[in-house]
Amino acid sequence: MARNVTVRLGFEGNISDVRLVIPDDEPTPWQWGEPLAVVGREMARVDGALKATGTAPYTYDVELPGMLYGAILRSPYPHARVRSVDLSAARRLRGVRAAIERGEAVVRFAGQEVAAVAAVSPAIANDALALIKVDYEPLPFVIDMEDAQKPSAPRVFAGRANIGAPAVFEAGNVRDGFERAAAIHQAVYTTPVQTHVSLETHGAVARWEGDQLTVWCSTQGIFTVRDDLAVLFNLPPDKVHVITAFLGGGFGSKFGAGPEVVIAAQLARAAGAPVKLMLPRAAEHVATGNRPNSWQQVKLGAGRDGQLVAIELLERGSGGIGGGAGSAGPYRTLYRCANIRTEERDIYTNAGPSSPMRAPGWPQGCFALELAMDELARKLKLDRLELRRRNNANPVRALEFELGAKVFNWHEKSRAPKALGHRRRGIGVAAAAWHGLGSAGPQAQAIAYRDGRVVIQIGTQDIGTGTRSILAMVAAEELGVPLRQVSAEIGDTRYLFSVPSGGSSTAPSNTPAVRQAAAHLKDKLLRIAAPMLGADPASLEARDGTIRVRGQPSRAVSFADVCRSIPADSLCAQGERPPNYAGFRTDQAGCQFAEVEVDVETGAVAVLNVTAVHDAGRIINPLTARSQVNGGVIMGIGFALFEERRLDPISGVMVNPTMDDYKLAGPLDTPEITALFVEVANGVTNTGVLGLGEAVHVATAAAIACAVYDAIGVPVRSLPITPDKVLAAVGKV
Amino acid sequence: MPDNRDDGQRTRVFTRRAFIKGAGAAAAITSFIGGPTPPSAGVTRAQSSPTPASGAAERLGPDAATIVLTVNGKSRKIAVEPRVTLAEALRDHLGLHGTKLVCDRGACGACTVHLDGNPVVACMMLAADARGHEIVTIEGLGAPDRMHPVQSAFVEADALQCGFCTPGMVMSVAALLSRNPAPDMGEVKRAVAGNICRCGTYPHVFKAALAAAAKMRGVKPPGERA
Repeated sequence: MARNVTVRLGFEGNISDVRLVIPDDEPTPWQWGEPLAVVGREMARVDGALKATGTAPYTYDVELPGMLYGAILRSPYPHARVRSVDLSAARRLRGVRAAIERGEAVVRFAGQEVAAVAAVSPAIANDALALIKVDYEPLPFVIDMEDAQKPSAPRVFAGRANIGAPAVFEAGNVRDGFERAAAIHQAVYTTPVQTHVSLETHGAVARWEGDQLTVWCSTQGIFTVRDDLAVLFNLPPDKVHVITAFLGGGFGSKFGAGPEVVIAAQLARAAGAPVKLMLPRAAEHVATGNRPNSWQQVKLGAGRDGQLVAIELLERGSGGIGGGAGSAGPYRTLYRCANIRTEERDIYTNAGPSSPMRAPGWPQGCFALELAMDELARKLKLDRLELRRRNNANPVRALEFELGAKVFNWHEKSRAPKALGHRRRGIGVAAAAWHGLGSAGPQAQAIAYRDGRVVIQIGTQDIGTGTRSILAMVAAEELGVPLRQVSAEIGDTRYLFSVPSGGSSTAPSNTPAVRQAAAHLKDKLLRIAAPMLGADPASLEARDGTIRVRGQPSRAVSFADVCRSIPADSLCAQGERPPNYAGFRTDQAGCQFAEVEVDVETGAVAVLNVTAVHDAGRIINPLTARSQVNGGVIMGIGFALFEERRLDPISGVMVNPTMDDYKLAGPLDTPEITALFVEVANGVTNTGVLGLGEAVHVATAAAIACAVYDAIGVPVRSLPITPDKVLAAVGKV
Repeated sequence: MPDNRDDGQRTRVFTRRAFIKGAGAAAAITSFIGGPTPPSAGVTRAQSSPTPASGAAERLGPDAATIVLTVNGKSRKIAVEPRVTLAEALRDHLGLHGTKLVCDRGACGACTVHLDGNPVVACMMLAADARGHEIVTIEGLGAPDRMHPVQSAFVEADALQCGFCTPGMVMSVAALLSRNPAPDMGEVKRAVAGNICRCGTYPHVFKAALAAAAKMRGVKPPGERA
């Protein structure tokens, strides 16, 4: 059954009444100006003390009695036939308890899994790997994306072209558009392969008890891992139990049961003992996923007024033996344009497989499109921010541009002198978009105990954003109790189902399920309280730690007293996440401003400050939300300036699979970051929360590249913007 | 007070290079802990007494040998192969899982512990070379119910996201504050310059460090909200 509700939705200066159809048992979505007691306040995350004291138990920290340590032997060749694998010497080594072959006849990248062992110590496991004899027949390989497209290139997959089928999007007619254009800009932009570099590497601890498999796994998707393992080991899902209490980063690379998880379970079965298999750092870089590179030929056309009349993208990207390299999202989303054509093609190469990485495709596309916009603005002699305003496709972003420009001091900085000795200052702005709306599926349980505690249980996981905290805050809000009375238990497939944590889906998918569960629990508590107050349950509300008659705060009973009257030990209710409502808007706008200083003698780029303006719907916890903004920006600095997977053209081996040669942004690279949130009551769910993790990362590299262009007057069209590229751009080398 | 400008970051850099050059030889690692820069007190001792006071040259291994480490104020006896690093010994032999091993080559600071009060990366030191020194790990700094001021400042400022770099960050900041109770922003940044966080938590780490310093000195933290 459904019911109609009318709610106030929108954002500052743009509020309207919107009618929504929602399920009968669904709480009315929080609306514009909703007075909330817990949600929206800065709260220290509830599990912060566990992390600050090193007591938070990660997969990496699991230790079981009799546990063995697994290690994986990887192919040194980027392409080879595996003729034979001889495990006998490894098996004879003292302390080795199991050795298995991966069973692949052909390996397609340097670092692919070939065999594995389990031993009583990590050192002995590594010793054993050296004793495995593999007879490889090396095959011709290709690692360069351009080479891979040549007809003579070795095939990555036998009988299949290295060039994937084109994914084409077309609106209007770009040829007509370009014919009408007063100014056209066309150029090629490239981005490198980036690796995720989660600090906790991929891995698992696997234990068999008969046909019951328990896996502690470093994953963003406990139910995905459960289902993958159930299929692979031919078990009913309830025979696979997956636990992820704490997760040391994922960024999109940890969704299913990857080879290392499967191997841990195979070794555990072969050895008859639990096996812990956490990857070493080099394997993490090489084999667990990456953001594909991109080659983007961008063509933009605009009228004299700056109005875009055509946008065209020809894109190629290689995720090694994986796909999903497209970057067209921003081209189709950020700007209003009648004629758009994008064509994306995956190119296969003999390199580690791609996996989703923080807004897959969007930082690449945003970088190329936004730097091209700046080059177009120069041709049109238009202010770059003004060009964006004239073509902006989203009213929320219009407000964001205004707010951001003010806080960032765009106009003053535009007029400031660029040169200070051999240093050049520059500023840039880039638009961001994402769609962190979440999805239906999650189911939550809310339990009240007689001592007044409330526990939320849901099978989601925390990738580091503070999931336990926001879920507990939503439940505390609904039940009218202080946050300290509520705890959230997550990360276990014994709880009710939830979706994987990726694509900014955790908060918007899980908070509505939790709110509904808490609302249902509240209904039950109100029915217990009603006779205590001599009132009808429908006339009661839960607020300030009491249950009271609405409008008569003195007719109240404490939440604790109501809980003491729970007939059994506990009272339990469930909630589920309905599909998204039409709401106010279903897109998510943002923009970022960056200021850089470029040393034209050394080529070094320093990011001085970033102003990030974002729509996250309703912010549950501004403190942890700001942490996410900082993180998205800082990872964007790495993408803009430092990070690049380098493969040796002769051997096909990654030459920088470490944390010093593969450089991440560090504390000294960190600019002043200002986070601004434009609150939007979107009514898409009962909480109106949008995920923030991707949106805050999309525009950073673009804004930095635009700022470098502004500083030196020459565009650097290739990420990362390393000193050699800057010096080449200014003609110093 | 010794010259303490050389913080854990520089120590890390030189030990890492030693690791590459010296192929893990214990002597090379210990001789490089001080590096060519003025060694701090703990480092000097590490160089002058790498073995117990028996005087004679000592041979360990290749099999496990029993050694005694002083960790968080307690003497702990463990049997480890000589190749076992301090980080591995703490985690796999002493069950102190707060210390995280992330890069295993001194490049990220996640395994930072205190050795005689100085921050060192435990992945770049052999367990046997830590004998005779006072080792403090994140567990020795505080626990959830009695946190060190640096730890509570991290929680309050949300200076942690996934939390995997956090123990190392906390140890670097605590070491800084023990030798410099009133650091400025630049000193804070340099003290954690070798601690890498993929979640990008640095701004809140800086804030937490300054807040902890102020609190430990008994003054109002900078920029504290009413």
